[in-house]
Amino acid sequence: MTPTSPTPVVRRRVARTLTYASLVGASVVVLLPLLVVFLTSLKTEEQMADDSGALSLPDNLFNFENYVTAFRDGEMLTAFANTAFILVFAIAGTVLIGSMAAYAIDRFTFRFRKLVVALFLVATLVPGVTTQVATFQIVDSFGMFDSLWAPIALYMGTDIVSIYIFLQFVRSIPVSLDESARLDGANALTIYRKIIFPLLKPAIATVVIVKGITVYNDFYIPFLYMPSDDLGVISTSLFRFKGPFGAHWETISAGAVLVILPTLIVFLLLQRFIYNGFMRGATK
Amino acid sequence: MPPTHTDGRSAAKVVGPPAAAAPPPPTPSRPPRRATFWRRTTPWFFLAAPLALLVTFTYAPVANMVAYSLTDWDGVSPDLNYIGADNYIEIFTRPELFQVFFVSGYYLAASAVQIAAALYFATILSFNVRFRNFFKGVLFFPYLINGVAIGFVFLYFFQDGGTLDSVLALFGHESDRAWLGTSNSANISLAGVSVWRYTGLNFVLFLGAIQSIPGELYEAAELDGANRWHQFRYIIAPGIRPVLSLSVILSISGSLSVFEIPYIMTGGATGTETFVIQTVKLAFQFNKMGLASAAAVVLLLIILAVTWVQRRLVPDDRVDLV
Repeated sequence: MTPTSPTPVVRRRVARTLTYASLVGASVVVLLPLLVVFLTSLKTEEQMADDSGALSLPDNLFNFENYVTAFRDGEMLTAFANTAFILVFAIAGTVLIGSMAAYAIDRFTFRFRKLVVALFLVATLVPGVTTQVATFQIVDSFGMFDSLWAPIALYMGTDIVSIYIFLQFVRSIPVSLDESARLDGANALTIYRKIIFPLLKPAIATVVIVKGITVYNDFYIPFLYMPSDDLGVISTSLFRFKGPFGAHWETISAGAVLVILPTLIVFLLLQRFIYNGFMRGATK
Repeated sequence: MPPTHTDGRSAAKVVGPPAAAAPPPPTPSRPPRRATFWRRTTPWFFLAAPLALLVTFTYAPVANMVAYSLTDWDGVSPDLNYIGADNYIEIFTRPELFQVFFVSGYYLAASAVQIAAALYFATILSFNVRFRNFFKGVLFFPYLINGVAIGFVFLYFFQDGGTLDSVLALFGHESDRAWLGTSNSANISLAGVSVWRYTGLNFVLFLGAIQSIPGELYEAAELDGANRWHQFRYIIAPGIRPVLSLSVILSISGSLSVFEIPYIMTGGATGTETFVIQTVKLAFQFNKMGLASAAAVVLLLIILAVTWVQRRLVPDDRVDLV
């Protein structure tokens, strides 16, 4: 392509080297803090005290004692169970509600349709953190405060992004499918159940992934709405490590790794879907 | 693309009605009434739950919040005592309440770094690079990590004798400073954590937008003698403008509503208190529900204003919901 004069070749080589250098540099910046915490989680209390520095290798690479302490004393089992419970209900609710709303908005012409769409649209502009002060009173008045239902209701009720994702998919399903079903005597509920919902599978996968990661990682809502000790989810339970384990960095690190590990596994297994999900989710 | 999409649909709809209208003729007298009744109510059957949740957990709180902001309510007492605009006056006249906005400045600056880094890596990784998927994964992964875990990872990172000090020691730089000890360095450190955490999201959004640009454009440009910079300047940059503008808006509203990382790492100490931390403290620690509501209203208005300006500057041609 280019004439074989030396300068462009040299230039290209320099550019390549710089490109890779920057990529490796960024990887180190991302991975080093995580790696150090992993190493710390394998160290013993004595080794932490002997001042060998954060970068030193643990004496025994198979010292999982801190994990046992973190898991047991940090009540991580309860935390994972509570998180799983919230995840199941919040995700099922979000999928059902989002797909129903999308079906109604896209397939029917009815009075106030524009208003309904505008209500959903404007709601995206209201950042959740700003309204918590007042939302709190409403949740409290329903008697949901300090129960697992508070976050479930909030996650279902504030998820407008999933309605958008479903809306885009419902649109791509040809209307002629509904119509032929209707001629066969199917009513709206049957059409939704038998035609629309099954065809929404890719959208459902997207919503499940995006919602699942958001719920798993959320700190603010469980922190505000479930102060009880036995109602810890993984974020709040991990946060409570701050007190009892204070300066025991080996235990705190083990707790952090316990929380990060499931995310890492899911990410490695579902990489492609996760990228797509977040691209769709954020750009709507 | 959207216009053709809509056209296709409206065309389908035009074809639709005759087919749907075909059955009625045999019995024109009674059924239509019932049919129209059902036709009118079915969508509401599907919308009941979503709308109820939307109103309960988004619009009712906003309305209540505005009402509370005009009272001196403590969050407990049964009746509201209206005091007019006093809360708002307090926010704008008590400098310590307003200065939390300066903390947002650190995060705003961090956002600029974050977007630049994301743009750079998205551009180079959109071309053929070895281990591309590995780098992609590494850059994106922090975004998926639990915020509390990130908080702890970086508490250890900035600790005396922690990760950062040890790395600096490797390079012969014996540092003995508390990174989270002074207001300035603590805020810079925390803003750095937010760059670490969120660059991946911007990166993936940019990457997606760049990859949706047709490949022939680059080939044509290369034939015309365009180098990488030209390709970036004239093909990539315009191609990702909508996503870029979305990222800017997300990072401005994000910078104003920072909560998790500083709350977990410093609890808002040493001058790292952000607007949301302050509001949460006012409301739930000091029982100043009225004042906290007013603060939240101010934040909401600022964010709405920023969004509105962005919508005006970059008209979003993809708002084709109806």
